[in-house]
Amino acid sequence: MSKDGRVLLLSGNEAVAQGAVAVGCRFFAGYPITPSSEIAEQLSLIMPRIGGKFIQMEDEIASIAAVIGASLAGVKSMTATSGPGYSLKQENIGYAALTEVPCVIFNVQRGGPSTGLPTSPAQADVLQAKWGTHGDHPVIVLAPTYVREVFDLTVRAFNLSEEYRVPVVVLLDEINAHMREKVELPASVEIVDRTKPTVSPEEYKPYDTSFGDIPPMANYGEGYRFHVTGLMHDATGFPSGDAKIVGACQERLLRKIDANVDKIAASKCRFHEEAETLVISFGSTARSVNHAVAELREEGLKLGTLRPLTLFPFPLKELEQALSSGKTKRILVVELNMGQLILEIQRYVAGRVPVLGLHKADGEPITPEEVVDRIREVHR
Amino acid sequence: MSHDLTYYLRMNKMPHIFCPGCGHGIAMGCILRAIDKEELDKNEVVVVSGIGCSSRIPGYLDFNTLHTTHGRAIPFATGIKMARPDLKVIVVSGDGDATAIGGNHFIHACRRNIDISLFVLNNNIYGMTGGQYSPTTFLGARATTAPYGNIDPEFDIAGLAVAAGASYVARATAYHALQMVKLMRDAIRNKGFSVVEVMSQCPTYYGRRNRMADPVDMINWQKEKTYTEAEAKKAESPEELEGKFLRGVIHHKERAEYCERYQELIDRVRGVEEK
Repeated sequence: MSKDGRVLLLSGNEAVAQGAVAVGCRFFAGYPITPSSEIAEQLSLIMPRIGGKFIQMEDEIASIAAVIGASLAGVKSMTATSGPGYSLKQENIGYAALTEVPCVIFNVQRGGPSTGLPTSPAQADVLQAKWGTHGDHPVIVLAPTYVREVFDLTVRAFNLSEEYRVPVVVLLDEINAHMREKVELPASVEIVDRTKPTVSPEEYKPYDTSFGDIPPMANYGEGYRFHVTGLMHDATGFPSGDAKIVGACQERLLRKIDANVDKIAASKCRFHEEAETLVISFGSTARSVNHAVAELREEGLKLGTLRPLTLFPFPLKELEQALSSGKTKRILVVELNMGQLILEIQRYVAGRVPVLGLHKADGEPITPEEVVDRIREVHR
Repeated sequence: MSHDLTYYLRMNKMPHIFCPGCGHGIAMGCILRAIDKEELDKNEVVVVSGIGCSSRIPGYLDFNTLHTTHGRAIPFATGIKMARPDLKVIVVSGDGDATAIGGNHFIHACRRNIDISLFVLNNNIYGMTGGQYSPTTFLGARATTAPYGNIDPEFDIAGLAVAAGASYVARATAYHALQMVKLMRDAIRNKGFSVVEVMSQCPTYYGRRNRMADPVDMINWQKEKTYTEAEAKKAESPEELEGKFLRGVIHHKERAEYCERYQELIDRVRGVEEK
């Protein structure tokens, strides 16, 4: 154990609460839903002790609305949910994206469309995380695998949200949310706060791009009386239908992420530049993949792994490293859904090598044995 | 106190979008008079709205203003109030915004008794989208989606607020503007969830379809169809009040406010830990 760190036996959901509190989150609004409820339960316990606020709202929509409101008032805020609740939150996630209000949404994925399989794992909200709300919008999506990584990516989610003024989505799944692991938590974490305005209230414009693509953000009640609307708006924050203004606003919203992919995208790779078969997986599924790849590498199979920590933006640099090594003959995407991230990978690879999949969605995890079998099928 | 309300207006956002004869401008003026008389600091007032005609009001007001999604103004305001209980939070909503798509939030804010003032500008129609029937469109009235007459019974907004637990509930009309100012002041002063239902008129989309195209007829209707508590006492028979609406304070009973209750929770939890 390091000097001031703590060693704890934590579930992923508990690690979310620990990470959020460590990075300065002081407002939680949510609605009970399996398998995410422990996040709310933990924060209902912790928040009053540290002077933070916890509220169980009347529904999922209200929860994300309250989160955005609290963030506008200057408090780092989050909500946690699962599939059906995540669907309900989509409209206001778009509101946060357009109004550029930092907030973090945890989606502990469960099986199936609709009510589906509430207590079973899935990774089937990948493309919803990117495209769930209407319109073209920026979003960052993180996907931890291990409990300690849940803590780290929770911290990072808040920091990215504050830095880029975007909603950040963290996708857990029923396995890594409920699995307990021994983790050593750091004594302190890096904390990024939104950039405050340096100009006077009279000169302040909430979407002033003269400082760059990410405008400084004032909080309500600090003397800057500004307007926030979900309508397309100009630099002053008031509605505009002017094609030039709207077009520039839309492009800047996306550019906030697109121009910073190198800083945002992250992955964990092993042997990806010397592999004939590159296996891509994320979240708890990567645990089975790592097990299977280690076993088959001992047999001499030239395998490598790429595990995106950010599903969006995708770590294209590492993917390109693999492809440009000249050794990659095929890519295998393993995910607990009927084929979602694979569509993105196929788009990136654009036919340079075959992109194959291992998918299922029956409420059971993908086992190391299933990965071994699939790798043997494709690796020739 | 200022008699010039332009102090509170973003004059560069004028002219406003309200149709000629609309009651919402009267309500907007009353909100400003109430804020002015209560001598609130502009920097410490947050005005939140959802979607609809009434929801465009915050854009004209020189406070911290937030124009949110349809029906969701109250939960946005709840987040703001919990994060900064020292701020004065006002929600401006309409009949569709507050009682149809936002009905769930409305009753739960009443139940929590969180210190927010909700002004529901009830014009009995969805005006912004062109005149569809709302939860307060009267039985038999016509709307673009009720071409044969509305068969949905209407909500009593004030009654709903009382039943759900709001600590202050009143009903005002655009006709009785001075009384509206007084009721809004009461609402702002009440430490808890306060609801003022404002009977407003929409000559464009309600009036024209219901043989009341003249705004003067509509606003006179508010005078004829409402009564005060004093008038109720003088009434000779209950039939005299039938089909009419009580205006004025409908319910005022203070009870523990949500943010204060939360602060007590914080103090209690921390106090126990210190021991």
